Amino acid sequence: MTVKEKFESMDYGPAPESAAEALAWLVDQGDRFGHYINGEFTTPGDGFESRNPATGEVLATLSQATQADVESAVKAARSAQPKWEKLGGPGRAKYLYALARLLQKHSRLFAVLETLDNGKPIRETRDIDVPLAQRHFYYHAGMAQLMESELPDAEALGVCGQIIPWNFPLLMLAWKVAPAIAMGNTVVLKPAEYTSLTALLFADICRQAGLPKGVVNIVTGDGSVGELIVNAEVDKIAFTGSTAVGRKIREATAGTGKALTLELGGKSPYIVFDDADIDSAVEGLVDAIWFNQGQVCCAGSRLLVQEGIAPRFYKKLKARMDKLRLGHPLDKSIDIGALVDPVQLDTVAGMVKANTAGETYQPEMRLPHQGCYFPPTLIEGLSPADTLMQEEIFGPVLVSCTFRTPAEAVELANNTRYGLAASVWSENINLALDIAPQLAAGVIWINGTNMFDAAAGFGGVRESGFGREGGWEGLSAYTREKTKGKARSKVAAFEGKPGSAPVDVIDRTAKMYIGGKQARPDSGYSKSVYGPKGDLLGQVGLANRKDVRNAVEAAAGAKGWSKTTGHLRAQILYYIGENLSARAAEFAHRIDAMTGKKSGAKEVEASIQRLFTAAAWADKYDGQAHGVPMRAVALAMKEPVGVIGALCADDAPLLGLVSVLAPAIAMGNRMVMLASEPFPLVATDFYQVLETSDLPGGVVNILTGSADEIAGPLASHMNVDAVWSFSSSDVAETVELASASNLKRSWVANATSPDWSVDHSRKFLLESTEVKNIWVPYGE
Amino acid sequence: MESQTMEHRATEAHGDEPRNPGMPLDLDWVAAVQANTSAIERRCGTLPGRRSVKKDNQAAWLLKAITCMDLTTLSGDDTEPRVRRLCAKARQPVRPEMLKALGMEGITTGAVCVYHDMIPAAVEALKGTNIPVAAVSTGFPAGLSPFHLRVAEIEESVRAGATEIDIVISRRHVLSGNWQALYDEMRAFRQACGEAHVKAILATGELGSLRNVARASLVCMMAGADFIKTSTGKESVNATLPVSLVMIRAIRDYYERTGFRVGYKPAGGISKAKDSLVYLALIKEELGDRWLQPDLFRFGASSLLGDIERQLEHHITGAYSAGHRHAMG
Repeated sequence: MTVKEKFESMDYGPAPESAAEALAWLVDQGDRFGHYINGEFTTPGDGFESRNPATGEVLATLSQATQADVESAVKAARSAQPKWEKLGGPGRAKYLYALARLLQKHSRLFAVLETLDNGKPIRETRDIDVPLAQRHFYYHAGMAQLMESELPDAEALGVCGQIIPWNFPLLMLAWKVAPAIAMGNTVVLKPAEYTSLTALLFADICRQAGLPKGVVNIVTGDGSVGELIVNAEVDKIAFTGSTAVGRKIREATAGTGKALTLELGGKSPYIVFDDADIDSAVEGLVDAIWFNQGQVCCAGSRLLVQEGIAPRFYKKLKARMDKLRLGHPLDKSIDIGALVDPVQLDTVAGMVKANTAGETYQPEMRLPHQGCYFPPTLIEGLSPADTLMQEEIFGPVLVSCTFRTPAEAVELANNTRYGLAASVWSENINLALDIAPQLAAGVIWINGTNMFDAAAGFGGVRESGFGREGGWEGLSAYTREKTKGKARSKVAAFEGKPGSAPVDVIDRTAKMYIGGKQARPDSGYSKSVYGPKGDLLGQVGLANRKDVRNAVEAAAGAKGWSKTTGHLRAQILYYIGENLSARAAEFAHRIDAMTGKKSGAKEVEASIQRLFTAAAWADKYDGQAHGVPMRAVALAMKEPVGVIGALCADDAPLLGLVSVLAPAIAMGNRMVMLASEPFPLVATDFYQVLETSDLPGGVVNILTGSADEIAGPLASHMNVDAVWSFSSSDVAETVELASASNLKRSWVANATSPDWSVDHSRKFLLESTEVKNIWVPYGE
Repeated sequence: MESQTMEHRATEAHGDEPRNPGMPLDLDWVAAVQANTSAIERRCGTLPGRRSVKKDNQAAWLLKAITCMDLTTLSGDDTEPRVRRLCAKARQPVRPEMLKALGMEGITTGAVCVYHDMIPAAVEALKGTNIPVAAVSTGFPAGLSPFHLRVAEIEESVRAGATEIDIVISRRHVLSGNWQALYDEMRAFRQACGEAHVKAILATGELGSLRNVARASLVCMMAGADFIKTSTGKESVNATLPVSLVMIRAIRDYYERTGFRVGYKPAGGISKAKDSLVYLALIKEELGDRWLQPDLFRFGASSLLGDIERQLEHHITGAYSAGHRHAMG
């Protein structure tokens, strides 16, 4: 074509980015890779081919890690860890800084290699993935520098097993590795088998940075290697990937004491109100669902448009779709590249084909003859009942429906098992800031989408997983408290002596406390509680699964509590403390009578202190405004987790209950609690204190009975958002296994149980809250 | 005879596109306009990374930019010889052997843009070409001279041979939200232009917000503007990509509702060849290829041509060029 013809047609023409340097790097490495263990590449072993999904060509041959490889990587990480941690934050910061600089120096090599390996457009790897990865290392170099001064009570977890997905190979590596090594951990990381090459290049720059051997280890292979890592002698597993695999990992690590964070799937809503800047909202969708071919866990894949503007919006959206350019990902003028693998292409195509509902629109475009391409797709007019409105597609497919009112928008948005991200488009600040907190998601973007930064935590709620990556909030995923508890030992109830009569002839029926009312056990069974000398102190009901159901229903119904002000919750907590204080002697006596010790008075006093401390925190555990590098604030709001099920400590019957309850309700949570199994009577006395302290019914529900009986039903209940266990019974595995049902957060502190005489309020506040980052770009 | 020539010129430069007749002022539409600044800036910020034009395509695009250029001189020290020099450059914007090498002999700039007193000199100098003379008018750049004089100035300029009139709007009507006044003013200007095409200069750098830019764009189109133009070149902030995006989205909406295509002219501050490519890409993406013609798109620029010439020579020879190798305007 002549210049004149091009002048007439005004086409873009090709704008290819050269692959030469990246291909040369692969050749230099022999096109075959081993694992990176203890600072060296191992001899390449049996393995698999890594292909360019845009062309199908083989890029390199990778090794499938064996059990021995994983063991040797974990061993290297284990032996490097103490020295790495002892190096201190400022010492580690130097290496993180060096890694950031090296990522910058080789930025184009990383970008091109990533595009070759993954199929995403070079624009995205060059302008988004690689710069964000650099930023993550810079940011966490700073976190390492500040660790000792700002997190004096925190220490490294040890060796972290990290399993990352194929959609953002280098970026997910950065999100995992940077905070882990900043906090003094060492890592064994497995990239996805489709996309391991930039991780291997990263290994190369770890050598260039002089990173001590064994701090970062990288093993390659498929999901079975991931399983090997999950089952290896690691202290933590961090996983990003599908909800199905996340659930398996939750089950596999249940009861092992391994820390776990999961960043899983989503079906994130993209809500457009009728007062939005419609053109900008349409453009936002390009970044929401056609970014990275829609293979984004937080993709705005569920469009909710207000009815009045829907026809105009769809018209504009389709016109915009017509302008999208799909093609070879190394072309600099391409919006949509290749999906990662033929398997993924088949999955996406299959899901779209199977759908018969709504109206499907795909712009007329020629797809390249070969390679994993799927056209941008809109399916409008779906209902929440349609499969594609619920299931994650993980491809360039947008589904949508309309709504009438803001309340209905929230209802539709939250009508999902997931809770990763959401976008809200409105020019009305009142509306936008009212909707954002109501959405069940870890990240909210107002008038924007897919904004990321190392300073703002990323992560979800519900079946989108738990834990945050980035920001101060992300550091708790790679640290633990320095203070250790004592080893768990079963606290047994005392036996009754033959023919023991009640100490008090006037019968007092200790009931359970559900929905603000005293309730008899559904089972109709009770058990006797004896003192240390075998005296009959009283009887308590034996809760069964139906009592759990009733208690959770009451807790779920008390959702108004989560919306009360911190000031109000503080007043009520003070009042509970006041009322407990008024009956201090009686409670102390009760504790002593049950435990046979003389620490009752101290325990009551400590309990009052916990209540006062929680009251103090109720209106002071503030969120943050993160400094993100754009004209926006990212508001890290601390929200209550929701309904928390807790199996309380056995050894401290009052303090174990109050220490859990006070900070949790101070943050706005509603509780379903199992009282100390051997010494339950003080908990049943305590509900009288609650009843006289203006606490709304359903906020705290107290069950009595056996931890073994209750752990399963409570931990598996799908309307419970977190489950904690401090029971001395052997229920950790049961709790964590059952928690996989809806991937609720779990905290089982019963391998080493906390010393309740120490104030752990900080830790409880952390566990009682979710950080929701609300991004608010501004400017007129 | 002379007026026939003029009409002929106008038809050539303005194509077959039916002129926007305007419509009654629709205040509901104006009030409903939204422009989210951050989102608009993000779109503009990422566009250069999303679209890249290389090699022969780039040369073709740069040549297109030349044909869409209102080669401009608007200085207090303009003289007739100076304007004749500019017109010579408009007729022959690129060295002939370069155009020959590119197979693009005979291209000219889109128009020449001058002050009223320079119109006769420009018309004379451009005789025998299809290059129209555009005149800035209505008390340019501030637009604060008496209204009847502003209208009279348009009429004078049209009589003097200008076939395009670049008017300036009263910014105060926008800043005070007096849309009716803006509409009436624009209507009167359009009326005064007669057959000459009218470009409405919004002076966006003085309108305070993108929302105001969007509203003013709509009102001027409703009042019959043939083109909407960003700036006089005299404001402290002239054409920017965000302002352009807002204005061309308004043009798109207006077209969707009325069926009439209104042209767009960014002016001031566009001096690099690379910037011109980004503007063309923005137009292509948001408005479509039809707008990539001189009857619907113009750059208002004085130094852009020089950079484009250097880039074109680099394209032809492979060596970076120097300013003195290209004729000055």
